[in-house]
Amino acid sequence: MSPETTIVAALVTPLIGAVGIALTGRLPNLRESVTLVTAGVLAVLVWSLVPQVMAGARPELLVTTMLGGLSIAFEIEPLGMLFGALAASLWIVNSIYSIGYMRGNDEKHQTRFYVCFAIAIFAALGVAFAGNLLTLFVFYEVLTISTYPLVSHKGDPATVRSARVYLGILLSTSIGLLLPAMIWTYAEAGTLDFTAGGILGDVAGPALGVLLGLYAFGIGKAALMPVHRWLPSAMVAPTPVSALLHAVAVVKAGVFTVLKVVVYVFGLDTLTEAGAQQWLVWVSGGTVVLASLIAMTKDNLKARLAYSTVSQLSYIVLGAALATASGVIGAAMHIATHAAGKITLFFCAGAIYTALHRTEVSELRGLGRTMPFTFAAFTVGAISIIGLPPFGGAWSKWFLTLGALEAGELFAVAVLMVSSLLNIVYLLQIPLLAFFRAPASGSVPEGVQEAPLPCLIAIGITSLLCVVLFFGADPLYELTRLLPSS
Amino acid sequence: MEFLALYNYWVFAVLLLIGLYAVVAKVNLVKRLIGLSIFQGAVFLLYISMDKVEGGTAPIFQTADGAGVFSNPLPQVLILTAIVVGIATTALGLAVVVRIREEYGTVEEDVIEDMDADS
Amino acid sequence: MNLDAHLPILQIIVPLMTAPVVSLLRVPSLPWAAATVTSGLAFAVAVTLTGQVLAGGPMSYALGGWVPPYGIELYVDHFSALLLLIITGASTVALAFGKASLDQEVGHERAPMFYAAWLLVVAGLCGIVATGDAFNLFVFLEISSLATYVLIASAPDRRALMATFRYLILGTVGATFYLIGVGLIYMMTGTLNLADMTDRIAEVGELRPVLVAAGFITVGLALKAAMFPLHAWMPNAYTFAPHAATAFLAACSTKAAIYVLIRFDLTVFLPHLSDHAEQVSGFFIPLAVLAFLIGSAVAVFERNLKRMLGYSSVAQIGYILLGLALLSPLALTGAIVHLFNHALMKSALFMAVACLAFRAGSVQLPDLAGCGRAMPLTMGAFVLAGLSMIGVPLTAGFVSKWYLILACLEYGPLGYVLAGGILVSSLLAVAYVWKVVEAAYFQPRPEGARELREAPPAMLAVLWLVALGNVWFGIDTDLTLGLAEQAAATLLGDGS
Repeated sequence: MSPETTIVAALVTPLIGAVGIALTGRLPNLRESVTLVTAGVLAVLVWSLVPQVMAGARPELLVTTMLGGLSIAFEIEPLGMLFGALAASLWIVNSIYSIGYMRGNDEKHQTRFYVCFAIAIFAALGVAFAGNLLTLFVFYEVLTISTYPLVSHKGDPATVRSARVYLGILLSTSIGLLLPAMIWTYAEAGTLDFTAGGILGDVAGPALGVLLGLYAFGIGKAALMPVHRWLPSAMVAPTPVSALLHAVAVVKAGVFTVLKVVVYVFGLDTLTEAGAQQWLVWVSGGTVVLASLIAMTKDNLKARLAYSTVSQLSYIVLGAALATASGVIGAAMHIATHAAGKITLFFCAGAIYTALHRTEVSELRGLGRTMPFTFAAFTVGAISIIGLPPFGGAWSKWFLTLGALEAGELFAVAVLMVSSLLNIVYLLQIPLLAFFRAPASGSVPEGVQEAPLPCLIAIGITSLLCVVLFFGADPLYELTRLLPSS
Repeated sequence: MEFLALYNYWVFAVLLLIGLYAVVAKVNLVKRLIGLSIFQGAVFLLYISMDKVEGGTAPIFQTADGAGVFSNPLPQVLILTAIVVGIATTALGLAVVVRIREEYGTVEEDVIEDMDADS
Repeated sequence: MNLDAHLPILQIIVPLMTAPVVSLLRVPSLPWAAATVTSGLAFAVAVTLTGQVLAGGPMSYALGGWVPPYGIELYVDHFSALLLLIITGASTVALAFGKASLDQEVGHERAPMFYAAWLLVVAGLCGIVATGDAFNLFVFLEISSLATYVLIASAPDRRALMATFRYLILGTVGATFYLIGVGLIYMMTGTLNLADMTDRIAEVGELRPVLVAAGFITVGLALKAAMFPLHAWMPNAYTFAPHAATAFLAACSTKAAIYVLIRFDLTVFLPHLSDHAEQVSGFFIPLAVLAFLIGSAVAVFERNLKRMLGYSSVAQIGYILLGLALLSPLALTGAIVHLFNHALMKSALFMAVACLAFRAGSVQLPDLAGCGRAMPLTMGAFVLAGLSMIGVPLTAGFVSKWYLILACLEYGPLGYVLAGGILVSSLLAVAYVWKVVEAAYFQPRPEGARELREAPPAMLAVLWLVALGNVWFGIDTDLTLGLAEQAAATLLGDGS
């Protein structure tokens, strides 16, 4: 299959899947098989592109040209490849998990859930493969809208209110800030194509800073403070949604876009020469620390994980803001390593909810003996996020710190170190509570009581992935290494 | 007496304002239509009066040498059309008022507004 | 006889002459069929005419063989061609769409008169954009207006009558203002032909009657165009008119007035009156901004779906006027394209509403809660057209907004504020479209509400045709942008 056909196939597969799921809605077993088959086919298609991209090829696909040289086009470069492969692969794992979770909790509207999920994956792939800002923007909005039914899944007034916050912030930032930033870019550069080395070479420093601001806050999905409020709001969604979308697809689409804009629209050299990114280092660094501090105060497990995500996302923005080679490599790697770690944590949170219906950290005391597997996996995910070997998170923090040193940003180095300490406090506290504290009397069921098998399989796979990303990080490095030099 | 020399425009302006006042200020729908007619009539006068040439006559009378001073006939033709349009407007307006009267039993706008607010 | 040369007059004559015939047809459904066929024929004429204009440039037609400027001239250039497409196209789709809906609302007894009036509206609007004579334009303006009043008054709701009456009063005042302006210009220049007027007005451009005329014409047409704050008649007229008629009128009746406004201000006044550029910008920019901010804001709080869309039209007209007021080729292109695109999105939206009203018997948002599940195709089209109205990429609305915002950025510091205003208004559009989406998809049907099912296939087919048109013209912009760019160049070309 030629690369162009593969791109088309990869984009169309989740859509066909969505139709298939909708048609088989009355037969749950068949419907879930359709989901899994679609996810599997998609993963194969996306992975088949990886060797070519690593060899330096840049598969392209022009769909249509519109006014003034604007077009809907796709071009796969290393960063998009990384994000696309990540989303496609984790979709399989997440689907397995969803089956256990949705059935275990007797959720309603399961067909709508799986359909919207497939559309969201379609949108995430579109974002990953987009060849210009306009295409990216279109898929970015599709992603926002297709996830609204997932977030508001429960349908009670409180959930709908939160879902409106989610939608309101994401839509208003993208239309109010990102769109003008695009139009401004077009007015200055006459194109919106992603180009190695950037397209904004002729813009003066201060204007560059303002434009970067429009992008950084306009891409609300990157959850830079103060536009992070939507992410905790989105936690009203069922846990598989939080796991894949709000640890991987949606939020990563945000930071991915920030990285892409920094590398391919501004250009690292343009930014560092003008010094226009300096303020972003401070803001993202501030977000890292502040969000960690807020996470410590949260007793609700998912809320704590959400703030942890806000904090970790800003690592990636920080890496982009450093605008050095290692910084960008670290940021790109962090997209993958954080995804593996955080999805594990969310899976565990969902497993605890499914098995025991507990949502607060303080209720987990002494549960280590009841759900040993889940809490072991939680420990793995937590350590990976903290950034200690032998888990994947170690590498991305390594490169981020290296990037900060290259840029001579001692502030950034300090932020990374402080944040790691905070991570230890608010994440490791949870398994420690579960394993080493005596349970409140009578509140713990006898014997082992784990979540349904599909959930456990999914948790096992993602924890394993955290380890694999440490020992087998070479391909990841090779892929991300292509970024700054391109 | 430049002021009086342009008296036709003064008549036009005064009629226009009288008409506009009735259209805006009256609550009786028929009176508003009458105002509208006065308003349009003012414009007819503007057209008619501007074509008058001092000492001019209708273009059908010719002096023996073929020359002559004529008033401009074109505005009169135009305004004939405009009058037709005006009549049509008034007729349609009155027809609507009749329908309103059938439905609401009144032609006072404030009463109708109250009835609409209740429903 | 070569028919091609007579296309400009056929454009007007065909609907005008069929109208009285239609009024005599007493067989049920026949008036509708005749009107639809005539309207379709007029559309075919408009398409051919557009083809000729694109190939051979503007066409001039001397009515009755009397040469301009003495006789009445019909003049069709790129700008008029685009408008002709909008008018005849909107009429045809609304007729083809609205059979069932109009039968329900107007009834067979009044149908002959109703469809005759409809054709008169088409003839009048086509006349407005095709004529090159200022007084003739007034006559067509009144033909279309009077017929429009009939269309609105045909609705079953008695509140339609008051809406008609108010529209009639304000519409007549507006048209009379225009007539005063034309009279004053005639007094000063002795001509009624627009092209001739352009040449002659330079000699008397400094005199007060010409300035007064400019004021009267601008205000009169602004009233007709429902420009903020002269829009008071419009939301109610749209709300209470028969649903299918709203789809037609919303698409093109105000557009014709805007067309005349643009034509007069840019070709007659702008090149020859000193300070006119500052006056236009100074007058229209603040009003346009207020229009799209206030119009969108009111729409957010409106619970009647049709009135919500009516206020949204106030806002959209604001965009068009902003494009006029910036007086640059880019902005004017945006404005003219938006004339077309707005017609496309609004007729789709109003058609979707007509489908909902046809089944639910109400256009109040609470009564429509939960309709998304019962009428997925209708609501799908509504969402698509709504996205176009917000200006999402790949839809027609995006193209015009893109041009307008680029033009704003080009305008200088004030332009950044204007661009911000457009974006705020777009966000408000998101809010009110979303309000509908949420009611339709995420709320249950209210207790005891009428059982819904999907609208008839004939209605859906046309609705989707127009909804997909929003996507088509968002991607393939050759035709619309081509005509608009040409039109903008001609309109501004004489001035600079």
